[in-house]
Amino acid sequence: MKVEQISVFVENKPGRLEHVTRVLADANINIRALSLADTSDFGILRLILNDIDTAEKALQNEGFTVRRTHVVAVEVPDRPGGMHSISKALAGHNINVEYAYAFVERSGENAIIIFRFDDIDAGIQALIENGFTVLPGEKITRL
Amino acid sequence: MIFNEEFETLPREALEALQLKRLQQVVKRVYHTVGHYKRAFDEAGVTPDDINTLDDIRKLPFTIKQDLRDNYPFGLFTVPMSNIVRLHASSGTTGKPTVVGYTRRDIDTWSNLMARSFVAAGLTSNDVIHNAYGYGLFTGGLGAHYGAERLGASVIPMSGGGTKKQIMILQDFGPTAICCTPSYALYLAEQGKEMGIDMRSLRLRVGVFGAEPWSERMRQEIEDRLGIKALDIYGLSEIIGPGVAIECAEGRNGLHVFEDHFIVEIINPETGETVPHGEEGELVFTTLTKEAVPLIRYRTRDLSRLIEEPCKCGRTHIRMARISGRSDDMLIIRGVNVFPSQIESVLLSIEGLEPHYQLIVDREGTLDTLEIQVEMSEDLFSDKIKTLQDIESRITKDIKDYLGVSAKVKLVGSQTLERVEGKAQRVIDRRKL
Repeated sequence: MKVEQISVFVENKPGRLEHVTRVLADANINIRALSLADTSDFGILRLILNDIDTAEKALQNEGFTVRRTHVVAVEVPDRPGGMHSISKALAGHNINVEYAYAFVERSGENAIIIFRFDDIDAGIQALIENGFTVLPGEKITRL
Repeated sequence: MIFNEEFETLPREALEALQLKRLQQVVKRVYHTVGHYKRAFDEAGVTPDDINTLDDIRKLPFTIKQDLRDNYPFGLFTVPMSNIVRLHASSGTTGKPTVVGYTRRDIDTWSNLMARSFVAAGLTSNDVIHNAYGYGLFTGGLGAHYGAERLGASVIPMSGGGTKKQIMILQDFGPTAICCTPSYALYLAEQGKEMGIDMRSLRLRVGVFGAEPWSERMRQEIEDRLGIKALDIYGLSEIIGPGVAIECAEGRNGLHVFEDHFIVEIINPETGETVPHGEEGELVFTTLTKEAVPLIRYRTRDLSRLIEEPCKCGRTHIRMARISGRSDDMLIIRGVNVFPSQIESVLLSIEGLEPHYQLIVDREGTLDTLEIQVEMSEDLFSDKIKTLQDIESRITKDIKDYLGVSAKVKLVGSQTLERVEGKAQRVIDRRKL
């Protein structure tokens, strides 16, 4: 029920992001979803990829600092109120969201939201109890 | 004007005779009362009886900052704590500061030296002195304060910081003189101007500036912006504090070292050999009259040269040129002494942090800035922004707590900091004084 995400430390300097994406392209890695969080000095690029092991090695070889973490992917109907129904469920269970990012499925019917929880198991349980579809990792990486 | 005409204008011969007599006394005293000196003299194969001329001082071993550290906190004191009336401290090369103590007579000597300094700068008992040196363990604040009172001037004990309040007092109390670091003087000028105040129309006429290196260009700028005469003062807590040497208002070319209380030497920092007068090297001081913590041939790491020619002010005391740099890696940031090694020990106390860092010192406008770039490591890295920002603020806080200096901490990519032949380039000082 968990999806593996890789985060990369990226300095806020021209060319740094280009370097990351170049390494991934050269290693023939496909990016499924991404989010870039930034401060004035640095950013954290969070990626869901089709082949995390190869990507991790390639990035480390180029001197990047990376970290693998587990996140949760939830399917939500792509219509008004979709996101709200999820946040309501999480709030009801007192679940804290560290961060989240979303993308729309190819079919366009559903949106997929990636959540990072402090307590991932409690988060998954809250979502399932409220009838949401939590997607297995392979489903996301093979999209 | 000369505060202590008799001693400040002693003919050289009499001055040197006085120095020799005092040197013999202090050498004898430290040899018999301080374990460190007994050991150091024995190791160098020298006894107090070997000091028969002033040049014999060269037979004595140097004292270095590490010796103060090894004897932390009171190991070099020659008197019991009951005879100490004051303690001060300055930054050491790593965690612990170097500590100095003063007997009642030491405070008296120091007050006289600071009073001499103010008079050399052109001040009298009619002046009102705005003292913006920090009060506390740092010797600047209290040293200047006691000197101002000894002179009989009126002293405003402002201490550092609170720039807007400082400017209000400068306007409302109308001090005629100011003491602070030269960069803070420029900062006051700049902030005052921003507040719409004509800083040249204040009653200030003299500034006594020290505790950090500065230049003729900065002097010009301070004088232009504040409409004052700016003078350079030198001192260090190990020797006594401010008031070891001062520029005279008449000459303004080099700082008179108060030679009846200190012997000054210039050495080659590499070989330890004394260099001829006029040549640049490291300043070395021996205290002649200090009771609590006399120091023999203390290596300051400050670079200067001696000027032998008589000065038109009438003082016979030798002059030292404006400090031109350091023979070690100490940085002076907003008047605070900072060693890269101190920053390193703070960084290494943080778990997961690797010792890959770089210090960037710069001057934005008139104030020094310190940026500490720290390489990201696998152990520190997180996918959460907050975790990384917490690391930055923890480092900033620890640096402020231990070193008393504000720094901007910036996390950078791993292996991005320059390494020269495997050894990192630790400090980049972009300041142009």
